[in-house]
Amino acid sequence: MIPDHVVVVGAGQAGGRAIEALRGQGFAGAITLVGAEKHLPYERPSLSKEMLLDLGQERIVWVRPAAWYDEHKVERRLGVAVTAIDRAARTVALADGSSLSYGALILATGTTPRQLPILHHSHPRVLTIRTIEDSQALRPCLVDGAHLVIIGAGFIGLEVAAAARAHGCAVTVLEAAPRAMARGVPERISELYAKLHRERGVDLRFHAGVIAIEGERPIVHLRSGERLQADAVVVGIGVIPNDELASAAGLAVDNGILVDAQGRSNDPAIYAAGDVAHHHNPLLGHSLRLESWQNAQNQAIAVAKTILGQDHVYAEVPWFWSDQYGINMQITGLTDPQATVVERGDLDGYAGVLFELVDGRVVCAVGLNAARDLRVAKQIIGTKLPVDSAALGNPAVKLTDIYKSLKSAS
Amino acid sequence: MSESSNLVALCDAADVEEDTPVQAMASGAVYAVFVKDGAYYVTQDLCTHGPGNLSEGFIEDNEVECPFHQGRFNFITGAPTAAPCTDALRIWTAHVVDGKVCIDPEESRT
Ligand SMILES: Cc1cc2nc3c(=O)[nH]c(=O)nc-3n(C[C@H](O)[C@H](O)[C@H](O)COP(=O)(O)OP(=O)(O)OC[C@H]3O[C@@H](n4cnc5c(N)ncnc54)[C@H](O)[C@@H]3O)c2cc1C
Ligand code: FES
Repeated sequence: MIPDHVVVVGAGQAGGRAIEALRGQGFAGAITLVGAEKHLPYERPSLSKEMLLDLGQERIVWVRPAAWYDEHKVERRLGVAVTAIDRAARTVALADGSSLSYGALILATGTTPRQLPILHHSHPRVLTIRTIEDSQALRPCLVDGAHLVIIGAGFIGLEVAAAARAHGCAVTVLEAAPRAMARGVPERISELYAKLHRERGVDLRFHAGVIAIEGERPIVHLRSGERLQADAVVVGIGVIPNDELASAAGLAVDNGILVDAQGRSNDPAIYAAGDVAHHHNPLLGHSLRLESWQNAQNQAIAVAKTILGQDHVYAEVPWFWSDQYGINMQITGLTDPQATVVERGDLDGYAGVLFELVDGRVVCAVGLNAARDLRVAKQIIGTKLPVDSAALGNPAVKLTDIYKSLKSAS
Repeated sequence: MSESSNLVALCDAADVEEDTPVQAMASGAVYAVFVKDGAYYVTQDLCTHGPGNLSEGFIEDNEVECPFHQGRFNFITGAPTAAPCTDALRIWTAHVVDGKVCIDPEESRT
């Protein structure tokens, strides 16, 4: 049965896209969007890229302009968090003391940056980058000669490093792991990016342990005994799913809200979308939680369609990108440390594709300034068929031809 | 119908393949040229959503997928067909003259 009132908790990218899809599919019932941030849904990728590179202007990428929500009769409750879900009564309680009843509830609460365990109080010059305000707070620190210490060589930390170098900051990146972006990319790509950052003047250190940060102008104490005087510290050590609301309401939670391929939780009236959704992906054959733009958009669209009775299965090959020093990196599939590696093009020149194969099948591809090839690689991964690795590595053979031959064979 | 004198050449027709559209520049504007079943189509190259170049896009049937966020357009009609794209592309009638794909830049089509 199609609900008469959909309440969306979390006015982020997934919440915004779910609403857009509900209206786009003709849903005429009531929609209420509740968001803890005071903003309408916006996209976060530019917060560590364009927002930090182009200090002359501030361009926020809104999912939809404000007028759209009026035109599409979306009730907004912004700057107020949902504090509890009463599943029996089908209501949610808001921090301002009010409550809302729902026919269907979409939890799109996203993630919160992990804080440094050694930092016991918030510090005005120790920043994480998740919101517009976070990015705004960092912008004035990006001045020639300032010293920025970045803790964590993940995607966000390295994007911030690249932006800071563009403004002439001295940049130190401290990473506890032995390599950069270790969760997301194969070792060869980590190495290429470590080299890139060092060539651009970043002091990038692995196996680094931070034991304390103190002082108004923060001093970072390393396990080695060294002290680094910083003008600002950026912490990018991962995020934690905002699933407490769900677990307090007795929903199944395990590193995110557990949902099926249609985004349904174990309560038939409650769905989860985006970064917080630990969802089943039938194409990959397992459940996973993704922190990506693509997933926030398309898994949310699948939820909207499911609510409208279309039973839409979300089964896409994951896709992610990162921009550093003008080089566009795209990653599709999931990296696997056991995989065999095949290279195509000039990776050392930051123009080519790296494929990872397991049992002769492509499971992951990383493209450096190779958007079109990477898109075809995504199709190839989706076929789950064995490929000729010699052809993959031979730039004279078009990837589209490899894909076509797989498609006709299946 | 456009006067042939208003036509500007964008590229060699033979350079355009079904799965590899071509980027073309003419009088300061940038276009994407597509071919499908022997017929040519021209759209603006810049995605209406952001910085993606559609000539770098992935082709499936009548659709081009933007390489930047994977939004989609029908390159024959210019209509957006997948999120996040919501605004249509400008399109031009493609004329093949002496083996070259040409358009009238002033032509107004919606
Ligand atoms: C700096 C940065 C750069 C990124 N770059 C890329 C990139 O290049 N490529 C890529 O693919 N992905 C990138 N990502 C990831 C991508 O932005 C996220 O995957 C996406 O934002 C997830 O969307 P979401 O709607 O699930 O969560 P969010 O966008 O986090 O939105 C969740 C919202 O819910 C609100 N909320 C939480 N709890 C409550 C509550 N109880 N009541 C009401 N509201 C609540 C939060 O305040 C928040 O506004 C980046 C992320 C960041 C932070
Ligand atoms: S720039 Fe084309 S989809 Fe975003």
